[in-house]
Amino acid sequence: MTSIETLSTVNWDVAVVGGGNAALCAAMTAAEAGARVVILEGAPKPYRGGNSRHTRNFRCMHKDPLGPLTDSYGEDEYFDDLMLVTKGKTDENLARLAIRTSEACLPWMERHGVRFQASLSGTLSLSRTNAFFLGGGKALVNAYYNTAEDLGISVVYKAQVKHVGVNGGTFESLEVEVAGHPCTVQAKAVVLASGGFQSNVDWLADAWGPAARNFLIRGTPYNKGVVLKDMQDQGAKTVGDPTQCHAVAIDGRAPKFDGGIVTRLDCVPFSIVVNNAAERFYDEGEDVWPKRYAIWGRLVANQPEQVAYAIIDAKSLELFMPSVFPPVKADTIEELAENLGLPPGRLRETVDAFNTSCRDGAFFPTELDGLATEGITPAKTNWARPISEPPFYGYSLRTGVTFTYLGLKVDETARVTGPEGRYENIWAAGEIMAGSILGQGYLAGFGMTIGTVFGRISGEEAARHAV
Amino acid sequence: MPYDATQEARRQIEICNACRYCEGYCSVFPAITRKRVFTDGDITQLANLCHNCRGCYYACQYIEPHEFDLNIPAVLAEVRTLSWEKFVWPGVFARLFQRNGTIVMLMMVVAFGALFAMRASDDSGRFYDVMSHNVMVAIFAPLFVLPLMTVFIGLRQYWQHIEGAPVRMSHMLRAAGMAAHMKDLSGGQGQGCNFEIGDRYSNARKWAHHAVMYGFFLCFAATAVATLMHYVLDMPAPYGWTSLPKLLGVPGGVLLTTGAAAMAFLKTRAERNLGAHNTWGGEMAFILLLLIVAATGLVLAVAAGTAWVPVLLALHLGAVLTFFVLSPYTKMVHGFFRLAALVRDAQTKDHKE
Repeated sequence: MTSIETLSTVNWDVAVVGGGNAALCAAMTAAEAGARVVILEGAPKPYRGGNSRHTRNFRCMHKDPLGPLTDSYGEDEYFDDLMLVTKGKTDENLARLAIRTSEACLPWMERHGVRFQASLSGTLSLSRTNAFFLGGGKALVNAYYNTAEDLGISVVYKAQVKHVGVNGGTFESLEVEVAGHPCTVQAKAVVLASGGFQSNVDWLADAWGPAARNFLIRGTPYNKGVVLKDMQDQGAKTVGDPTQCHAVAIDGRAPKFDGGIVTRLDCVPFSIVVNNAAERFYDEGEDVWPKRYAIWGRLVANQPEQVAYAIIDAKSLELFMPSVFPPVKADTIEELAENLGLPPGRLRETVDAFNTSCRDGAFFPTELDGLATEGITPAKTNWARPISEPPFYGYSLRTGVTFTYLGLKVDETARVTGPEGRYENIWAAGEIMAGSILGQGYLAGFGMTIGTVFGRISGEEAARHAV
Repeated sequence: MPYDATQEARRQIEICNACRYCEGYCSVFPAITRKRVFTDGDITQLANLCHNCRGCYYACQYIEPHEFDLNIPAVLAEVRTLSWEKFVWPGVFARLFQRNGTIVMLMMVVAFGALFAMRASDDSGRFYDVMSHNVMVAIFAPLFVLPLMTVFIGLRQYWQHIEGAPVRMSHMLRAAGMAAHMKDLSGGQGQGCNFEIGDRYSNARKWAHHAVMYGFFLCFAATAVATLMHYVLDMPAPYGWTSLPKLLGVPGGVLLTTGAAAMAFLKTRAERNLGAHNTWGGEMAFILLLLIVAATGLVLAVAAGTAWVPVLLALHLGAVLTFFVLSPYTKMVHGFFRLAALVRDAQTKDHKE
């Protein structure tokens, strides 16, 4: 463990702000280039790794089968997939750089301790495009910290960077609080990899409106955007919509922070979803769930109290991944309403109206089956089966924030742009700059790709500058 | 509500089943994904399937201080020990010895003292002058057979509890294959488990366990061969260094001694709160008992013909006696239940495929 004294007396070659995937990739690359590196991780050790802790795979271009990846996944197809989710809100140069470099990243990751495995059960559709980490993102984070230790990198936990000291376009020092004790860290170059601001509820409320106070934060409580804000205040150029965040509908009983993957709820397509007045408000069967969970994050955010309830019956219970908490269960719709805190009579009417609008037809849970309602608004356009077979089950849904889009503007060498052009010695990697590439939507496993690619680039560039 | 280990394990496993990141480590997680609802029998089966490799703990996003507070290796270890206490009669013995290493060691001292007192006065250094072969057999045969019967009755109860199906040869072979390679201590990819060096992988425990297991089998084979030679071929001990009992027994003893010593050392290095919280002493005593059995056996082989034989023989036989008598009530039972769990796992995989 590096002491505060060492931290503040050494003139480091490269200081890395943050302790997740991008930070670690930058630190390891810089150390391998001969730099003396310190990692300033804001979280205590058990929570190290930021949101990388919650990830599970890496989206990777490949011409031939590679590691756990089957078949091939070319640059253009990858880019098309990105265009589809971002609706064009991307920087094509940076995006293509990330995509092209991803292929070389996979063996690099393996050399630095990451283990991959075949696609997890229920994710076979990703076996061609996404390489899964054995044990998930935290196992990756552990492997990288071990490799960092072997490379002689110093790691300081609970090291929260409060201010990046810049003078005339050149970074000079960092103001840091280590477990509450202030100190100054000198370094020749700095890599900012401290994530977005999604766990800063005040900032979210400023950006989105007061409804954001009812959102749940799916990831680490340590991504408060302090460094991002500090850089923004000093005139650093930003990209991405400052008011937007990626949000999905998750289990309403999830913890306020750090609920992670288990809080997902895949029941919506087989349910009716009502607000707290027991009224339906959107087509639950519009598309398969992975293509709709983000839309539902917004839909739920716009309902009173930012809460909704998905109602299913016995025949649908086993059609989706098990939930982290057992559903609320009852033998009648009225009783279920009571248990969920909904007006029973109104829920009865909503269910009856929905059931009457269902028609006969073939039901296929894994594809768009066109089994739609008739004569009801809003319609349910697929998987519309009556909610009729007791017991009945209910889940509450809330909006869960994954990440924010606002980021620092970087060039193809990951160097941050200031008010008078590029800074001399400030680089950025990971979520703090991902808005450049991912301006809207999300592509599974692409956050880790951006973090790895730009982490490595920034580490290499920072070391080149410093050594 | 009073703390119930099975209920706590169920709470944790339901969280695992919504996550599934650990699928690649061992047999436990794929077995979880084959279920949605977990009966007490399911929990017991998962607990006995777990080898305490701890890979899942270090990979987990939800360990303490997270409010989900998962610790799968510990809670399954707890349920596992409770299941042995429940199924092996009488449970009071199991509770006593599983949790109390001092009692195990005390038993050994008593057995040693008794055998030492029973020895003939002859100090010639020949085994059967110290204690006649017939006396030895008269003492050991029932004390070997009875505990084994106890274990098998316990296994039958386990099988009923987990609702196991009739066993087919293919299930047995697959289970034996898994055990022979300690597949579930391999970390899923051969990198090993996370036992003695935290979140770094190591195969040390797997190799130590291999040494213990195969050493034990060799020693057992040596004893079996010697028994046959004695009764069928009328060739009583002592046997020369190139005889079959020695050729099996000496390497077996060396493996068992080094393996047990390594297991004990690794246990002192591992984090204690990732195992059952109240069985550390009992487990350690069991490893030391194995170590004493093996080491005294080796020393005896070397000391044949010297004046040390009476005391060494009493010590060795005292340890062996304790080992056999206590086998249903010490960590020794894990082997039987683990194998049963692997057989059951092979069945459910078949069923699902």
